[in-house]
Amino acid sequence: MHLKEKGCYLGIDVGSVSTNLVVIDDDGFVIEKLYLKTGGQPIKAMRTGISMLNESLGKSVNILGAGATGSGRHLASVVVGCDIVKNEITSHAIAALKLVPNVKTILEIGGQDSKIIFVRNGVVYDFAMNTVCAAGTGSFLDRQAARLDIPIEEFGKHALNSSSPVRIAGRCAVFAESDMIHKQQAGHSVEDIICGLCEALVRNYINNLAKGKELLEPFVFQGGVAANQGIVAAFEKELNAKIIIPQYYDVMGAYGAALMAKEKMCQKEYKTNFGGFDISKKEFTVASMECNDCSNVCELIKIISNDTVLASWGDRCGKWSAEGKESAQISISNAAN
Amino acid sequence: MKLTFPHMGNTYIPVKAMLDDLGVNCIIPPFNNKKALEIGTKLAPELACLPLKINLGNFIQAYEMGADSILMTGGCGPCRFGYYCEMHREILSDMGVDMKVITLDIPGNDYNKLLNNVREITGGLNIYKILKAVKNTVEVSKKVDELERLTFKIRPREIHKGATDKIYRSFLYSILKIKGSRNIKKHIDKARNKLLEIQTDKEMKPIRVGIVGEIYTTNDPYSNLYIESRLGNEGIEVTRPVTVSGWIIDHMIKKALHLKGDERYKEAAKPYLGTMIGGHSQETIGNTVLFAKDGYDGVVQIFPLGCMPEIVSESILPSIERDFKIPVMSLIIDEMTGEAGYMTRVEAFIDLLKRRREIDAFEGKGMLSWN
Ligand code: SF4
Repeated sequence: MHLKEKGCYLGIDVGSVSTNLVVIDDDGFVIEKLYLKTGGQPIKAMRTGISMLNESLGKSVNILGAGATGSGRHLASVVVGCDIVKNEITSHAIAALKLVPNVKTILEIGGQDSKIIFVRNGVVYDFAMNTVCAAGTGSFLDRQAARLDIPIEEFGKHALNSSSPVRIAGRCAVFAESDMIHKQQAGHSVEDIICGLCEALVRNYINNLAKGKELLEPFVFQGGVAANQGIVAAFEKELNAKIIIPQYYDVMGAYGAALMAKEKMCQKEYKTNFGGFDISKKEFTVASMECNDCSNVCELIKIISNDTVLASWGDRCGKWSAEGKESAQISISNAAN
Repeated sequence: MKLTFPHMGNTYIPVKAMLDDLGVNCIIPPFNNKKALEIGTKLAPELACLPLKINLGNFIQAYEMGADSILMTGGCGPCRFGYYCEMHREILSDMGVDMKVITLDIPGNDYNKLLNNVREITGGLNIYKILKAVKNTVEVSKKVDELERLTFKIRPREIHKGATDKIYRSFLYSILKIKGSRNIKKHIDKARNKLLEIQTDKEMKPIRVGIVGEIYTTNDPYSNLYIESRLGNEGIEVTRPVTVSGWIIDHMIKKALHLKGDERYKEAAKPYLGTMIGGHSQETIGNTVLFAKDGYDGVVQIFPLGCMPEIVSESILPSIERDFKIPVMSLIIDEMTGEAGYMTRVEAFIDLLKRRREIDAFEGKGMLSWN
């Protein structure tokens, strides 16, 4: 019961591939973490997550604050009720700094994007983010694993068994794939091909993101792909250094968001925006509309619950996002849940 | 003749003033928007850079509004801008869009072509009238730049968020209804006075960010997703050395008269890039060094995908970043740029700068505050 007295903090990271939730205690330890597929339905994923947390912790914890991050952070903030909304880069850096305080370089590979964050003296000094090229992301590995008919969990292990990795053109996912097919037909072993693929991905990552920047130890590697031993080995080989995989490597965004919520709530007496564990009872719809008030023709997104607009964003002028409760005629074009 | 010209940030203001003064009928295309970009993307070669695409969209939209001729400046030097005019001409004629493209180019020695073009636009050649219009245009462009710089100063300091944007935006729209450089100048003064009335926090020492990069994407808010206003509204003061008036004055007028412009940037760029390689790359490098020496908190480089001079700058910037310990972020823009990913980067950069400030303020024993 002492958790209830001390209070806990919720972090939520809504990405395009996965939605992660963590609950941390007052000391920054994760007491519960969830990793769910977003599957194109972020609201549904959040709901499922929150009700799962309710079942496991609902009665024993008192949530004093909540933070949101990820590409769906604004949505999360409205649906779940969050006290702080931050971008993924800052969240990932905070989480890494908490677990490895002297970290200098953070390597992060997620499902849809990858980033590198440079830290000096405990501060984010520089970063680079890649959102266009699939050849450096987890989805690409998933796809190749499926093509080779190997479960993704075992993918990395196969790479470790390679004796002479083949060199695969890693510039772009399409070339890498066709090159791989070619190498397969040439009779190379699956192990060697997988290993070559891991090396290509790592090479591509370093070339695209770390261009001309100083790569200093200690390295922390996080994001779902950090579970892949093949990629870890390829990083260690390419960087000629040891790679640290932090304890909560797969939910670092959510963890960082929770830490920031804790920071914020501890600074001053705020009342949390967290809406409680029973959001499953609320109805949310997402509507999009075009504003034709000026030549910008912004695409607006509105979150509606019980006929009230809870929030809107997407405008360049602040006309809509400022007055969240604006009730205009809305063309409900895609309900997200 | 109904003349149109492409948009690039606030360029339409001095150009309109000039054409009004010369008595030329002009049609200003709708402000840059998604539609213009879509039209341009369809017509232009895929690897052409973003400004060319938006220009084409501007022309087609102006054509639909009745324009029959296009006024463009030309350019030489090792950047694609030099053959934009030709490209526009060819693409439009392939599309069966009957528009005449008039290139206002500053010649090396042969002034005849320039004079012929001016004669064609003005329907005659009254040198006195033209020189006066040029003088007024220069004045208008300087005033517009000053007004913009004023918004950069006030926006981060305003007490009521959004006050600057409101006044400035309504100024940008209302200019369309005003004729002639005299009235336009008056109108600019009015907007200036309104801006000066905004309540500001005088004590505030905002974070300062320099904006460098390719001229079109840095000057055109639609292309850079309103970065200056976004940074300003986050309490950051921006400075952008490459401006429209600078361009009109340095690249057109001073060049025509063989005068030298402000070349501090060239000196500053020397250790990294000693020669002009086209576009504004030397400015990008030089100004980044100047910003760093001036104690700025960070620099943002903006350029369209595939912009050759800026790719060179991008590869040089990490050395400046290292030598001067100043964070530099490059933003590359094309029609595929997703707003979400772009904003994530901008936000993270703002966090980074704020956090560094805090650490400095607490001599390394910085307090954690991510708010
Ligand atoms: S939301 Fe604002 S900026 Fe966007 S189209 Fe409407 S009026 Fe214009």
